[in-house]
Amino acid sequence: METYTAMRHFADSWGLLGMTLFFLAVVVFTLRPGGRKAAERAAEIPLKED
Amino acid sequence: MKYMTETIVLAVGAFLALLGAAFAQDKLFEAHMWVLFFVLLASTLVMVRRVSFAPAVAVASSSGDEGYFDDVIKYGVIATVFWGVVGFLVGVVIALQLAFPDLNIEPWLNFGRTRPLHTSAVIFAFGGNALIATSFYVVQRTSRARLFGGNLGWFVFWGYQLFIVMAATGYLLGITQGREYAEPEWYVDLWLTVVWVAYLIAFLGTIMTRKEPHIYVANWFFLSFIVTVAMLHIVNNLAVPVSFLGVKSYSAFSGVQDALTQWWYGHNAVGFFLTAGFLGMMYYFVPKQVNRPVYSYRLSIIHFWALIFMYIWAGPHHLHYTALPDWAQTLGMVFSIMLWMPSWGGMINGLMTLSGAWDKIRTDPIVRMMVMAIAFYGMATFEGPMMSIKSVNSLSHYTDWTIGHVHSGALGWNGLITFGAIYFLVPKLWKRERLYSIRMVNWHFWLATLGIVVYAAVMWVAGIQQGLMWREYDEQGFLVYSFAETVAAMFPYYVLRAVGGGLFLLGALIMAYNVTMTILGYQRDEAPIPGAAPALQPAE
Repeated sequence: METYTAMRHFADSWGLLGMTLFFLAVVVFTLRPGGRKAAERAAEIPLKED
Repeated sequence: MKYMTETIVLAVGAFLALLGAAFAQDKLFEAHMWVLFFVLLASTLVMVRRVSFAPAVAVASSSGDEGYFDDVIKYGVIATVFWGVVGFLVGVVIALQLAFPDLNIEPWLNFGRTRPLHTSAVIFAFGGNALIATSFYVVQRTSRARLFGGNLGWFVFWGYQLFIVMAATGYLLGITQGREYAEPEWYVDLWLTVVWVAYLIAFLGTIMTRKEPHIYVANWFFLSFIVTVAMLHIVNNLAVPVSFLGVKSYSAFSGVQDALTQWWYGHNAVGFFLTAGFLGMMYYFVPKQVNRPVYSYRLSIIHFWALIFMYIWAGPHHLHYTALPDWAQTLGMVFSIMLWMPSWGGMINGLMTLSGAWDKIRTDPIVRMMVMAIAFYGMATFEGPMMSIKSVNSLSHYTDWTIGHVHSGALGWNGLITFGAIYFLVPKLWKRERLYSIRMVNWHFWLATLGIVVYAAVMWVAGIQQGLMWREYDEQGFLVYSFAETVAAMFPYYVLRAVGGGLFLLGALIMAYNVTMTILGYQRDEAPIPGAAPALQPAE
């Protein structure tokens, strides 16, 4: 198989699945229970000094 | 000894440029190498006066290497203001050139050469300097660490200015590879790659040596901007030079692959240079100016990931109804429409940061400027997806509507958020109590806003009229208008556009004056903005 075709098939199968799962994992992790506290602490970072 | 190596490198560089001019394959390369030679020679002379022959230990202890590395940011702010005024001025000039073709002064000041001068000056010189300066400021504060790499920050700043000078003079000489927003030829591209890698090292190094455990979201946006622009720049500029000492090169791609590569680059220059980087500014300077944390930090994380996952696919919408395969066009359209969600999520997050402090829009012109910037971000990211829909695009493509859309994003979002950041930074960096004049910020705000509104509204009318005239058939199937007639019909709009641009330029000149006077340490004697006096404290 040509390199182009091989890469194209990878991109619209496993590559696409991998990226979608990664994205969903990020969203789930961000909204995890207990994530709010950590987020609120992080949001204060710019206001800590000058 | 300080600056000895730097001075020698500059001198050697100047000599190499001289050799480049001597053995050039074509006249244009020769002329460009003369420009480079004189720039490097002047830089060498400046550096020779700065070389310090004191022992290294004594120099190190007196040069203030403690705390944050802010000197390079000061230079960056001044460069941003300077290039901003230059870029806007060239914009007004080319607007007038379109209205009055006699202003095309051959050969150096033809529209074909001044137009890339304008786009590069505003995007890369004004926007790029703003991004470098603010990213250096933000990454140091939010990492609580000094900028990584010692003098690397200076190399990034001056190397980037050299890129700007080489790009700008190249355009005027007539050197171009004809790729939108990537016009500089191969040797200037190589130089930018070197500077950009140094930028990445300085930025990433600061994050790696941070004392704050968490990486603040603004740094994620800045980092994605730096990394993605590096990738875009390298792939889009893959080319084979015709000769080692000549200007001409040929792209590694051809035909529709080349077109798609160019717009994959072009649209992501918008997405990562003009959006992700500037969102980094928003997520730091808006909370700082209103003194409240960002509305939802978790939304900002999702905003980040959604934006970078989607933007990269949107480029094909620039190639609707071309030789690009239909599925690729549809893919570009669908991703552009999906992009609406993260964009508006980010807009809401920025605006809602003011919740509980909405009165500051009335009392603080800098907040007003930032809010207007976010509002324009929202408007431009609504208009963009709409224009990417194929049926809308069949009317809007190639017309001045596109130009209007770009400017409501660039002037409204990028311009105003940068002005807000500059007004925040100048008193902080030069340790002034406040700006020279707050009222002038208000003047700048209204001139800029009015200028953008005039510009965008005029271009909507012009673009839609143009699109309708191009597609109008009579009952026998003939086109009703010749192309020249549609050009002539644009005249009043082109004049009005120059007026809108002129107002925006006037605002920028007021900013330049205000910033200069602040740096020089003056304070204008003026009445405070009504309601801006600090709220009365309850008695204890």
